[in-house]
Amino acid sequence: MNVLVYLIPISLLLGGIGLVAFFWSLRSRQYDDPEGDARRILTGDYDDHPKE
Amino acid sequence: MSEVQISACPACVAGPAANDVAHARDVRDTRFVLSLPAIYCAACISGVERELTKQPGVRAARVNLTLKRAQIEADEDVSVDDLVSALTQAGYEAYELDAGAISATETDRRGRAILTRIAVSGFAMMNVMLLSVAVWSGASDATRDMFHWISAAIALPAIAYAGQPFFGSAFTALKAKRLNMDVPISLAILLAGGMSLYETFESGAHAYFDAALSLTFFLLAGRYLDYRTRSVARSAAEELAALEVPRVTLADGRVISITEVEKGALIRVVPGARVPVDGIVMEGASEVDRSWLTGESLPALAEVDTIVSAGEVNLTGPLVVKVTAAGADSSLHRMADLVAMAETSRNRYTSLADRAARIYAPAVHLLALGAFIGWMIATGGDVRHALNVAVAVLIITCPCALGLAVPAVTTAASGRLFRAGMLIKSSTALERLAEVDTVVFDKTGTLTEGRPELSNLADIPPRARGVAMALASGSAHPLSSALFAATRAADVIPAKLTDIREVPGQGIEARCDGISVRLGRAGWLNAVAKAQTATYLKIGDEAPLAFTFVDHLRDGAAEAVAALKRQGKDVVLLSGDTAAAVADIAHRVGISAWDADCLPEGKALRVAELTRSGRKVLMVGDGLNDTAALAAAHVSISPASALEATRVVSDMVLLGKSLAPLGEATRVSISATRRIKENFAIAAGYNMIAIPIALAGFATPLAAALAMSLSSITVSLNALRLRGKS
Repeated sequence: MNVLVYLIPISLLLGGIGLVAFFWSLRSRQYDDPEGDARRILTGDYDDHPKE
Repeated sequence: MSEVQISACPACVAGPAANDVAHARDVRDTRFVLSLPAIYCAACISGVERELTKQPGVRAARVNLTLKRAQIEADEDVSVDDLVSALTQAGYEAYELDAGAISATETDRRGRAILTRIAVSGFAMMNVMLLSVAVWSGASDATRDMFHWISAAIALPAIAYAGQPFFGSAFTALKAKRLNMDVPISLAILLAGGMSLYETFESGAHAYFDAALSLTFFLLAGRYLDYRTRSVARSAAEELAALEVPRVTLADGRVISITEVEKGALIRVVPGARVPVDGIVMEGASEVDRSWLTGESLPALAEVDTIVSAGEVNLTGPLVVKVTAAGADSSLHRMADLVAMAETSRNRYTSLADRAARIYAPAVHLLALGAFIGWMIATGGDVRHALNVAVAVLIITCPCALGLAVPAVTTAASGRLFRAGMLIKSSTALERLAEVDTVVFDKTGTLTEGRPELSNLADIPPRARGVAMALASGSAHPLSSALFAATRAADVIPAKLTDIREVPGQGIEARCDGISVRLGRAGWLNAVAKAQTATYLKIGDEAPLAFTFVDHLRDGAAEAVAALKRQGKDVVLLSGDTAAAVADIAHRVGISAWDADCLPEGKALRVAELTRSGRKVLMVGDGLNDTAALAAAHVSISPASALEATRVVSDMVLLGKSLAPLGEATRVSISATRRIKENFAIAAGYNMIAIPIALAGFATPLAAALAMSLSSITVSLNALRLRGKS
């Protein structure tokens, strides 16, 4: 069972990465206009120059 | 400006395109916010953004499809009216919003705070669940203790952080000596956490860390859905308030805010503008449209010394008005007392969720206490075991499903109605709408657009048609534009006129083959005025000819009435207009019960009478004269074109021009209420099975986790059924 010494921190780390990624997406305003963003991806307007 | 660019030189095309790209960056410093109620697709987004960035002086524009808004960053000299008219020409309905009145950032922050808490509790829940699986599948002794300790290390800080909204709300409720839903929730979370910590210390078998966390997680999800629905409603209310950008042009040309206008000031009202204050006309002559205030569709004459009130629309000539009352003193606010009185009756409505909570909260506490006392007696004073059972009862009965039952349904239903073009402002409006059995409509501005349509062209001799068309072509008066549009559609050839002259407030006169011709008000031509909306034509000394008009029906009016009747509801039409005009509209949309010449108090009285006789009334109206009736009704709906005062008292607002979503709204509200009740039944059913098990002391952390997740998921899925079915 000594493998738990590695496995538990690893699982916490992976989960933590997910949590940090979620915070990042929240901060970079990715939930402000979910409907609009879902549609924007369908137009060719920003293929070459994505809207910042 | 050319719309299509066909060029042999690629650079000529590339130039503007490069320009577009330069504009295509994010909006940093918003100057204008536009409301775009009609956009719905990807093409609309790029269409609006392209149209906006094409305007000179606009630095950046970004459309938010979720909120149906556009944020625009522009130079100082850009006028928002130009942007609005450019969009309207391109086919996108647009209105200016008061950027200051929309406090998007504040609400955003609260939503994000809840989302962060959900994320933290979700992360902790998943990790603790993983550790719990090992315990459930038989870990024992030192391994189990270690897993419990790790779980505690993750769970306790996560609960302390994520559970704050519940603890705070429960604390304030207890301080005010009340019980709310958050009291049993906080108690369950805290007891589960504390009890599990104690068990861990004592190397006990059962720890409920995972249950405490999943409880927090699911309830926060319900809280977030609830918050979303409320914030959409609130931002809608803000948006509607922001639609009325309150500015006044003084006689000397300065533009100031309406709050700064003083009594006795002289203000200018251009044709087409709404009179912003109460006052007396000092200069000019025109006609004013009073339909907002009285429901009359016939414009009234306004000349020097005529008293005008806020909300009237100036039609033909510019007016200079001396202010007698502005802002809170004006007649727009005079109905406030009437409204406030009617409002109190509606506030007595208790929502289904509140009714459920009122039974639920005390029942749970008594049950847990009963379990504790019962097991104390049965085991002869084994506090640890009795407390364990009591905690299990609290956790299992905890309103996970109840917390989700209502928000999940209202979110699904209001999302669906929003897509259909309807905004729900009040949180209980859906439930109240479901109970409606009588629908009362207003006429002018609600069933009709308040836009006239020529009705007797066939009775007019051909020569008079040409003369009337030529006279009407030069005027912006709504009757003239309607006359011109109708004659053009009938391929009438306009007569040749000379010396055309518009007499403000009266009509237009000119000469045709040496004979004087006049088109205008009855009084000006010595004609006998008809009962319905009409304009009159006099050619030389001939008898005056009347052109009669009917109100243009609002899109979807007939469909809405038909749909409501199909659902077995009584439909009534109450209007302040004349009997002839009301009868005509009632006949055209298919309403048999109607009443004309209603005063505002009369309308409210009729609604109150219906309510007293046991009817649940839905009132649909837009004018100031409907405000009292809207407030008195069980539930009320107004179109977005209504006055602010009217929109404030109504529970729902129609965003588009069409009335057609009404039928859908009542249908959705009925199925939403049914779903809420079903959800309560599902939650109660789960409890019915789980409570005896918990009381008997057989509940394990695994059973609690299963019951909680299953009931929450069933309830959410049941709510989602609302979205799809059409």
